[in-house]
Amino acid sequence: MASFKPTKVQVYPKLGEKVTQDTLYWKNYKAPVQIKEFGAITNIDVSPVAPHNFAVTAFTRIHIYGAFSQEPVKTYTRFKDTAYCGRFRADGQLLVAGCEDSVVRLFDVSGKVALRMFKGHTKAVHVTDFTSDRYQILTGSDDYTCRLWDMPNTTELNRYQEHTDYIRCGVTSKLNRDLFITGSYDHTLKVFDARMEKSVMTMDHGHPVESLLLYPSEGLLVSAGGRYVKIWDLLKGGQPLVSLKNHHKTVTSLCLSSNGQRLLSGSLDRHVKVYSTTNYKVVHNFDYAASILSLALAPDDESIVVGMTNGILSMKHRKNPEDYKGVIQQRRRPSYRFFVKGKNYVPKQDDYLVSKPVKQHLAKYDKQLKKFNVSQALDTALETWVRFRKPEVTVAVIKELDRRGTLKNALAGRDEQGLSQLLNFLVGNLVDPRFAPVLVTTAEMILDIYQSVIGQSPVVDRQLLRLQDLLEREIDYQQELLEVLGMLDTMFASSLPRKQVPCSAVSRSNGLAQREAGTQLPAT
Amino acid sequence: MVEHGDVRVVHRGGSKINFREPVISNDSSFLLCASGDCVKVFSTATEECVHDLRGHSGLVTGVRLRPSNHLQVYSCSLDGTVRLWDFTDGILIKTYVIGYPIYSIYTSANHEGVIFIVTAKSDQGSELFQLVAVQLRQCAEQVVEAREFSAVLPDVTSKPAAIDFGRGGEYIASVKAQQLEVFFFKKQKSYRFFLREDNKKGGKNTFTCVVCHPKDDCIATGHEDGKIRLWRNFNQKKEYTYSTMHWHHGAVGSLCFTPEGTNLLSGGVESVLVQWRYNQESEKDFLPRLGAAITHIVVSPDGALFCTSHSDNKITIIQSCVKVSAVIQGLVNGDGVRTDLMVDPHSKAMVLNGKPGHLQFYSLQRDKLLYNLDIVQQEYIHEEGLQQFEVVKAAFTSSGDWLATVEERQQKSADLELNLKLWAFDEQTQSFVLNTTISAPHEARITAMCFCHAAGSQTTMLVSTSKDGHFKAWQLAEAAHTQDEGSSSSWSCDFVGSYHGLVPESCCFSADGSLLAVSFQEVVTVWSPSSWELLTTLSQPPGAIRHLCFGRLSCSKYLLGATDNSLLCCWNLLTCSLEWSTAMATSLLLVDPLSENIAAFCYQAGSTDLFVFKPNEPRPLFSQKAVCSGKVNRAVFAPREEMLESCEESSQWLNRSQLYFLTPYMDLMTFSTKAEEDKLMASSKQLVIDDSIAMTPFSLLLGKHRQQQENQDPLSVLSAERSPLPQGSAAIKELLQTPAHVLPSTSFLCSLFVQSLLISVTDSREEDKHVEEEMESDKENSDEEMESGTSRPEAGSVVDQYVHAADRPLTKAQIREVRRVKKLDQGWMSNILDT
Repeated sequence: MASFKPTKVQVYPKLGEKVTQDTLYWKNYKAPVQIKEFGAITNIDVSPVAPHNFAVTAFTRIHIYGAFSQEPVKTYTRFKDTAYCGRFRADGQLLVAGCEDSVVRLFDVSGKVALRMFKGHTKAVHVTDFTSDRYQILTGSDDYTCRLWDMPNTTELNRYQEHTDYIRCGVTSKLNRDLFITGSYDHTLKVFDARMEKSVMTMDHGHPVESLLLYPSEGLLVSAGGRYVKIWDLLKGGQPLVSLKNHHKTVTSLCLSSNGQRLLSGSLDRHVKVYSTTNYKVVHNFDYAASILSLALAPDDESIVVGMTNGILSMKHRKNPEDYKGVIQQRRRPSYRFFVKGKNYVPKQDDYLVSKPVKQHLAKYDKQLKKFNVSQALDTALETWVRFRKPEVTVAVIKELDRRGTLKNALAGRDEQGLSQLLNFLVGNLVDPRFAPVLVTTAEMILDIYQSVIGQSPVVDRQLLRLQDLLEREIDYQQELLEVLGMLDTMFASSLPRKQVPCSAVSRSNGLAQREAGTQLPAT
Repeated sequence: MVEHGDVRVVHRGGSKINFREPVISNDSSFLLCASGDCVKVFSTATEECVHDLRGHSGLVTGVRLRPSNHLQVYSCSLDGTVRLWDFTDGILIKTYVIGYPIYSIYTSANHEGVIFIVTAKSDQGSELFQLVAVQLRQCAEQVVEAREFSAVLPDVTSKPAAIDFGRGGEYIASVKAQQLEVFFFKKQKSYRFFLREDNKKGGKNTFTCVVCHPKDDCIATGHEDGKIRLWRNFNQKKEYTYSTMHWHHGAVGSLCFTPEGTNLLSGGVESVLVQWRYNQESEKDFLPRLGAAITHIVVSPDGALFCTSHSDNKITIIQSCVKVSAVIQGLVNGDGVRTDLMVDPHSKAMVLNGKPGHLQFYSLQRDKLLYNLDIVQQEYIHEEGLQQFEVVKAAFTSSGDWLATVEERQQKSADLELNLKLWAFDEQTQSFVLNTTISAPHEARITAMCFCHAAGSQTTMLVSTSKDGHFKAWQLAEAAHTQDEGSSSSWSCDFVGSYHGLVPESCCFSADGSLLAVSFQEVVTVWSPSSWELLTTLSQPPGAIRHLCFGRLSCSKYLLGATDNSLLCCWNLLTCSLEWSTAMATSLLLVDPLSENIAAFCYQAGSTDLFVFKPNEPRPLFSQKAVCSGKVNRAVFAPREEMLESCEESSQWLNRSQLYFLTPYMDLMTFSTKAEEDKLMASSKQLVIDDSIAMTPFSLLLGKHRQQQENQDPLSVLSAERSPLPQGSAAIKELLQTPAHVLPSTSFLCSLFVQSLLISVTDSREEDKHVEEEMESDKENSDEEMESGTSRPEAGSVVDQYVHAADRPLTKAQIREVRRVKKLDQGWMSNILDT
């Protein structure tokens, strides 16, 4: 006497992205904190010293936010026009910012009024930065020049006028006080040495350069412009290493994770992509509501801060593992002894072992199927939780009923609520290619059975209309797909090389063998 | 069958054991059932076949115990004879020649020396049958003509379940269509009861079976619509009554009362054994999921064992209606074999589809079903008209590590459901474990499937061709993600190929796996599996190619194809040209995996011919006309366990492997050589000597061991002591070897037996001494010989050694003897040694 064989639930391969260490790491953030600023957020800079405040440059203000506060800790409002590029000095004590009115202002983080004002540029200054000796300031402006300033006496030390378009980005070396790099809308990156009159290195990015980033070792330089992110090897004289094209709109900001293993890029296409710096493959992807202009990571990747064109600042903080400990330990469990009771008994030599028959566990719908209660089994499979969370179980039961030839009996005799539940399930899953073959038969049966009562219940009629809509849309969709497939076929057919196949001498009379085989399909 | 040299076609097992209801012996230790031309005796405890009662030349149609001697059994056959057997020893006692084909046989305790048989009415068409009583004369001859017939019932059916005797033979009940007829022997009067054609509810009233209560006047009948009726008061025309019980939804297949009449058992297509309480019909017990539709139910005379025959050629033995204790399973060949015949490289068993959704592994050597592999793994619903999943294709790799199966289910109106499953061999359980299920591998029916047989290749590849115009290559891929260690390797599609939208019919890999040939109607395409490049095309129009195979070993450069307009072509792959072709309506082309030989079955004028040839030789090695009537579609080369050493040319091709084939009537046939038959005969003769033990592998093992011992024994010195006394042994042998039923009573025999063992007092002592002396001298001689070979011994020590050697308890006489020898022999001994 064989035992009852339970209904086989088909295991479908999991669709969508695979779970990797990276996705787990980058998904481990809380829901974002969103703060509305007055205008587009053009720059975010993280303070290098302990509280790691953010300087957020938006419109005519620079706000300083604490690591977890939603209100600005400090605000600099003494700009006549739009402020640009608020940056901290390496000791976190001073902040420099450019402005649309061409004046560069230097602030103390504790004061409100500008300590120094550097005047000399003739157009808006988009790039400001401190050099690594802490006493000079680099600026780059829309007047095509970049300048070095002496902080104590506000004098201009150097002026380079090599770019032929707006200078919109620049970085200073953290290791060498004389080196700095600027990127411009003339598609070039230039490396300058303050001791030299001219630029020492020029690289062509191919697109207006929007952002620059130096690796901590300063051997590699990352530039973003257009849809491309390019990596340059500075030690090999500015040789391009990799060109990444993963965004479909201009890349506006770059940022490196704290351990240097991952590179992040934000773009106007509303995505932030995470690359592995070993093979430069995209390992993760964030979605945002609007085009991204600026991006910053707090040390240890504690938070991701993103500024967008619509003036919204989004801060995501890392989840803290300690937050959950208290909750978990509250549940009382049976003692360990309860579970091992009698399990660790070792039979002695003369003991006679009586094996207990293993009880076969059957799911509820299987028990009902065993008793041939087909209608009840279908009801069980259509329970809300199963229907939404595990549609494959419901479909497997329907398939089993169909195999037994009793699907019609199970579907018949339902009231308004039961029928609308059934139709609801069909509308949700009918076009899923995994379930379509089974559910199409089911839908046909339902229409056959309940043909006579159509029009009596508004609930059922609404569901039927939804079903009709769904089918019409699906048919249109399939037709479009077929058209695309046809186009692809013609393209493949014209591009694949044709090869003459030798055929046997005897087959002269056969027309088929004379033709060559041109219908090799690529492996699917 | 046509003789050809010394090779001939023989029937090889696999016949039906569920054809007629089995019989359980009175002590419940044996089960007898009709199986083809013989009656098989099974042990109910071990499921092993104890005897084959061979002798009939036609299909055996009934087996009944002889009521007067429960160790004898009658069997009847279509060859027109009734034979009486002693089934414990497997001896044919008598043959009664009736002269007409017999369809069933009945016996009853009240009718001594009479058997009842069903024969066709000779004057009318063969559609009508009658029940006749045959008087069996007592006489000494082996073959008896039995011509004393008397008709009992003129109009019966040939089904054995349609007639039963009541109350040990007082009356007889017979059903046919809608009529129940009861005939009383004493009154010589019969009563007929009719049911209307159909009830109001549209039920079908046709009788299917009848059974009589052993103690009560009650007849139970089963009907097409699943109803069981209990008839009472049937000894009058008018006031008969019946009550109806209804549980079965299909026709009632069989009914049976337990010996005391307390329970009624019924079974049918639902494969559930139902036990009804007699007189308390509302109470019933069920034994569900017995595997297949129940065709016969039998209860042992003591009521302890139930035995059900099933439609899948299986007999189940059930202990007291709760536990299945044994299953005797024959070769399942229900509606037809859909898969090819294959040989499992691990178990060397023949594999084909059996029960619905299963593959059966059938041992050819032991004529026994080893096990069923559940392919579909779904609950089987026993219902008429329900489309079930069927295993339609299967293939093994040459090492037997992988098995691929295709199952399909075609519903009316709905799409074809196809599943391709790949099974890995599990060393631990010695069985196959499901590895990958591919649902809908193709859009239409799969026409052929084959594995790449290359021995040394790392990747395993499967190619399937389908009616949708594509062929697909499936490859075993290692698990892509190392992170989830739970998933192992699985199969995935590697390549999809097609050729001008034609439908591929068959595919074949070359022996080294470097070439794949796929036939697309008239064209054979040759592909390279490593690069999936089309290498060449071959064709010989007109006629689509049905079978393809590569030559093996020295003929591996040849590709053979059989077209459907009777042409057999052989291409040379080195020159890509046709080597030869011949007109031959090939129905099956088969390669021997162990040699270059290729077997072609040709269907011509209603019968099938066999040709065995090598592709590189113009003359066939072997050919036989009319191997069987009808078309042979399934055959297989099964490798032999040990190679035959036949040097005759015509039978050399059978040296390495044996060719089995299935006839259109699902009989499994094989070719056997004379040498092989002689060997078989010799071994069976050897076994006849020790027939009282059931022939199990265990007993064979022990028997061999014992034989070896016996061979050694005469050499040993002590044999004289053991060998039985000459007068006694004959008597004992006679006593033990004659069948028990012909012997006089035990009390009479006992004294004889004891006397035969005794030896008169005076004689015995002398003889004892004689023996003892003989023994001693023997011993001494041997000792002496041994030691003289090594060194010169001292005379005294020889005797001392002897005393030590014989340190088992000695009788007083022996001790005395030893002492005497000690005293006497020394001098004599030393004399001999000195000289």
